[in-house]
Amino acid sequence: MYQYDKYDQAIVDARVEEFRDQVRRRMAGEITEDQFKPLRLMNGLYLQLHAYMLRVAIPYGTLSGKQMKMLGHIARKYDRDYGHFTTRQNLQYNWIKLEDTPDILADLASVEMHAIQTSGNCIRNISSDQYAGAAADEVTDPRPWAELLRQWSTFHPEFSYLPRKFKIAVIASAEDRAAMRLHDIGIELVKKDGVLGARIFVGGGMGRTPMIAPEINPFVPAEDLLSYLEACLRVYNRYGRRDNAYKARIKILIHEHGADNYRADVAKEFAHVKTLGLDPPLAEFDRITAFFAAPAFDATAADDLDLSDPDFAVWVDQNVKPHKAKGYAIVNIAVKPTGGIPGDATSDQIDLMADLATAYSFDELRVTHAQNIVLPHVKKADLYAVWQKLNDAGLANANLDLISDIIACPGLDYCSLANARSIPVAQKISERFADLERQRDIGELKLKISGCINACGHHHAGHIGILGVDKKGVENYQITLGGSGAEDVSIGKIMGPGFDENGAVDAIERIVEKYREVREGDERFLDTYRRVGNDVFKEAIYG
Amino acid sequence: MGDPIVSFAEFEGSNATAVRIAPGDDARVLLPHLDRLTLVEVTFPAFRDGRGYSSARILRESGYKGTLRAAGDVLVDQVPYMKRCGFDDFAPNAPLDQTVVEKLSGLYPEPYQRTVDGAVPVWKLRHG
Amino acid sequence: MKLLTGNDLGSGDVVWWTGKGWSRNVHEAVDAGDAAEAILKEEEAARRVNASYAVDAGADGLPLHIKDRVRAAGPSVRKDLGVNPEIRLEKA
Ligand code: HEM
Ligand code: SF4
Repeated sequence: MYQYDKYDQAIVDARVEEFRDQVRRRMAGEITEDQFKPLRLMNGLYLQLHAYMLRVAIPYGTLSGKQMKMLGHIARKYDRDYGHFTTRQNLQYNWIKLEDTPDILADLASVEMHAIQTSGNCIRNISSDQYAGAAADEVTDPRPWAELLRQWSTFHPEFSYLPRKFKIAVIASAEDRAAMRLHDIGIELVKKDGVLGARIFVGGGMGRTPMIAPEINPFVPAEDLLSYLEACLRVYNRYGRRDNAYKARIKILIHEHGADNYRADVAKEFAHVKTLGLDPPLAEFDRITAFFAAPAFDATAADDLDLSDPDFAVWVDQNVKPHKAKGYAIVNIAVKPTGGIPGDATSDQIDLMADLATAYSFDELRVTHAQNIVLPHVKKADLYAVWQKLNDAGLANANLDLISDIIACPGLDYCSLANARSIPVAQKISERFADLERQRDIGELKLKISGCINACGHHHAGHIGILGVDKKGVENYQITLGGSGAEDVSIGKIMGPGFDENGAVDAIERIVEKYREVREGDERFLDTYRRVGNDVFKEAIYG
Repeated sequence: MGDPIVSFAEFEGSNATAVRIAPGDDARVLLPHLDRLTLVEVTFPAFRDGRGYSSARILRESGYKGTLRAAGDVLVDQVPYMKRCGFDDFAPNAPLDQTVVEKLSGLYPEPYQRTVDGAVPVWKLRHG
Repeated sequence: MKLLTGNDLGSGDVVWWTGKGWSRNVHEAVDAGDAAEAILKEEEAARRVNASYAVDAGADGLPLHIKDRVRAAGPSVRKDLGVNPEIRLEKA
């Protein structure tokens, strides 16, 4: 894992002091809420329905046991004993006091964490593949690149007042576990003639106009990456729309201006920017990369596994993924109990996951965009012990990627922008499909729920998506089918008129039963949908 | 007193030495005339409109040495970012609290990026 | 009937205008009538409330809009955390 040196630490510490003074000025009335709002947002502090909400950055979703422990500590000391893991691999606290925030940031800084640029019209926390450094299918570990981008984007003086927020994801596998092409910039690391470089996609996003990012450059070598991104951002900063917040994302610029024109503009800007010496020497890249060297895996670790406990066997089958090192595995902790709140974890659960990471996973954890937690490097011989401990804490849900592994945004229970509640719908669906045998028979089915068109719950990318809308003051839910945030990326299609909460749950069940009826062999729901098309399912829903 | 400031539209074809540019104006149009210019005033009609940061950098990157002024809705917490982009003069709508300006100016001595104000980027400090 | 609401600047708590000050309990809220705007202006300026606004309330004395009913009740999925979790989100 990356470790701060004195420069990194000084920057984060300075931010704490800066914000402490900004809070003081606000409390003393020296600045108005209008002036304070962008300042607090750049520290991830929102004012939500019930209180302030603090979003803590978990850069590229990676954290140590100690950092995770701190998240639990903050939940216990300053919040109401729980936190919410988000689709952007961050963590949110829902009940924060403004007065406490400087101290919370100081606590975070003490373990090399922060809330910098977790909101605001700036470059946000960089997201990545939760299996980075462990995945059997990666060409390289994407995190050194993500860390390079974290540093470059932190307090970038030119790009802190962009037309709109800006999200970047970096992956390095053909399998996309980070919804890469639904980001403002998606980067896929690839090898060309033995050399690593970045394949750049620009202009993806969700929200009210979901778009899949087109490829803008097939290969940017490491030594040009920052200059190239600098050019991408400068063209956006200068020409992105500022007349309408809904049209201000880079996806709209590229859509209206054309990917070819944008590519040409970036090329021109890059030719200039590249003369300025903005790219750090490769030695800096090597320095960062060294922090992500593979941990000291035990070369004699055994590959076999005793699966005689049937519950354990099911969990292994569903939640444990292949590791690149022999005798090791990737453990997914699905924070999705039946009837629970997707992504919410108590302080005790957070502590337990931290302890498990320290004891069994080289002190490392990951947060996934599906609001789950990963222990990336667990010895197969330890899996049973890990499972037992998770089971005791209610965290051994064997439902990864199944219908009850639902992504849900906070919705109207917490969010001031919401039209409808998301969480209760998720709870009802997971209860309706509580039978794990049935879920496993249904197989991979990604269900995603957003409480409004901003799409924080990724509903556009759900195999089944649910969107909360306001129908004359009453909560109503529209269903979309056929979306995907993976390498087979697509945007879901709206089926038709919406439902109330119970109606939506019933409709989901009818969709699923129709799928079971018409699927061929072990075809996934998404593939069946793509093969048979809309009408079959429309008929099933509205009959 | 400096020279009269002309608007971007009036600048073309004139021999003015001071010009005011709005967020949507293309700073690159000024590049052939940098030798002559002593003042460029970049306006910020609303603090959220960050185009002026790019305009400033573009001018400095091309060697503009004169005064670069940020005018309009300029807030004290933005001043450090503006300085990094090459601004060295400020004409805010509401006066800046100088104690805050001073406090902020020493807060982040080393930026992560190479900037046009001559600060040494962190990666350079690390590797020389 | 018009209620006034906002958040406490320091704690962020949802608060309601009681005629004398601000309470976390919506049942203590009073009709602000025509004085709404003037009260909000003065209270904001004194930083006794933040992000304040007026809402229409129904016969039950509770806000009509579901968003404000959620604010009054607390999260429907965490009844243990609300100030008045018994409040129904649907209009009477
Ligand atoms: C509760 C406070 C939140 C607010 C006020 C908020 C606000 C927004 C808004 C306004 C958008 C639309 C942006 C656009 O289309 O330009 C958006 C998109 C998004 N937000 Fe949130 N959000 C919140 C919570 C969350 C949470 C909890 C997550 C993660 C679970 C999240 C992740 C995302 C993602 C992934 C998108 C869509 C991707 C994109 O187009 O950027 N947000 N959010
Ligand atoms: S999708 Fe809408 S309701 Fe859900 S968190 Fe985002 S802004 Fe709030």
